[in-house]
Amino acid sequence: MTEKEWPLWEVFIRSKAGLDHKHCGSVHASDAEMAMEAARDVYTRRSEGISIWVVPSNAISASKPEDKESLFEPADDKIYRHPTFYDIPKGAGKM
Amino acid sequence: MYGDTSIQKPIKIAEPTSEEQARLEEIFQQKIDDNIKIEPQEWMPAAYRKTLVRQMSQHAHSEVIGMQPEGNWITRAPSLRRKVILLAKIQDEGGHGLYIYSAAETLGTSRAEMINQLQTGKAKYSSIFNYPALSWADMGTIGWLVDGAAITNQVALSKGSYGPYCRAMIKICKEESFHQRQGYELLLTLSRGTDAQKEMLQESVNRFWWPSLMMFGPNDADSPHSAQSMKWKIKKKSNDQLRQEFIDATVPQAEFLGITLPDPDLKWNEERGHYDYGQIDWEEFGHVINGNGPCNKQRVATHLKAHEDGAWVREAAAAYAEKQQNKNVA
Repeated sequence: MTEKEWPLWEVFIRSKAGLDHKHCGSVHASDAEMAMEAARDVYTRRSEGISIWVVPSNAISASKPEDKESLFEPADDKIYRHPTFYDIPKGAGKM
Repeated sequence: MYGDTSIQKPIKIAEPTSEEQARLEEIFQQKIDDNIKIEPQEWMPAAYRKTLVRQMSQHAHSEVIGMQPEGNWITRAPSLRRKVILLAKIQDEGGHGLYIYSAAETLGTSRAEMINQLQTGKAKYSSIFNYPALSWADMGTIGWLVDGAAITNQVALSKGSYGPYCRAMIKICKEESFHQRQGYELLLTLSRGTDAQKEMLQESVNRFWWPSLMMFGPNDADSPHSAQSMKWKIKKKSNDQLRQEFIDATVPQAEFLGITLPDPDLKWNEERGHYDYGQIDWEEFGHVINGNGPCNKQRVATHLKAHEDGAWVREAAAAYAEKQQNKNVA
């Protein structure tokens, strides 16, 4: 295969106003404009979105699975960061 | 085979080469047993990756090749309503192929490589698409039986262990429901039509019934490499289990249509709580899956031609993108 494959773009879609853009897949396209059109055809055939982001896949820096412990475990023993850690008597009312 | 593992050759599972490898495999299997999904960058056994790439790429190829028998009928749809439905369905199949290629690429194999394997005959696709669509009724039968069988398969796959594949399956199942319903509605319309239309309906179902049952792959006893896929939760239910589910759901729908299914042994078994059914012609299945079905050569040739005819478009788009980029730099 002498032909070079078009670059990969990650697709993010906002399904309705008030919600975040959410990752839904990827498309191959030669440029951003084509990526946008492809994302629209592939991922929003049934009114799944009102806004699309396309991002070159190689522009994303991702955390590594092997760093999971050092990144996320420190939060596990900080239960005092959650509201349920605190006992508030019923008499105090809704809080 | 819409994601079926049974058309694949078994993959050799290598013994762990080191203590570290054995430890990683143990952690991996524990995650699977605990129903924790596996995500792209995580460690996985090479055979798991290979099995998935093969299954997912063949699944994607099936979606894309599946556009051909139906595409054949777009210009002959009997009404504008039927035509827009058929167009939308075929566009969906293309979309489904792309969802799955996209999910498969997360395992490190490029789409170009997968498509190359399809075009050179190294990768298979579902045997059902090597049968021709001969009558308009086939557009209904394909939706009802072929997509029906595919849904049965894909609902099970959506509960599998590889995250991106499951997510693609969930999206696909939602859309396939439209495919099956439009097919059944089409057949229902024929069943209320003239004698000629009823005849066309029955003839179509007669042709597609057995190939649809073959979509679930060989009987469990003849599917020895299913066990590893089950252990890895790439496969959640056995071929025979899924086939039985499909038959049990479909027979009452056939009765409602007022047609017969071409199997004299098909009857309700009170004791089992399932329908019994006759022997499947596995010789025919082997014949078709190995390239000698009625349309195998035509399907791949059509795919190749579309691919080659589109080469100049891909080249032009790449050249344009490069030019724009250079402009921006300058």
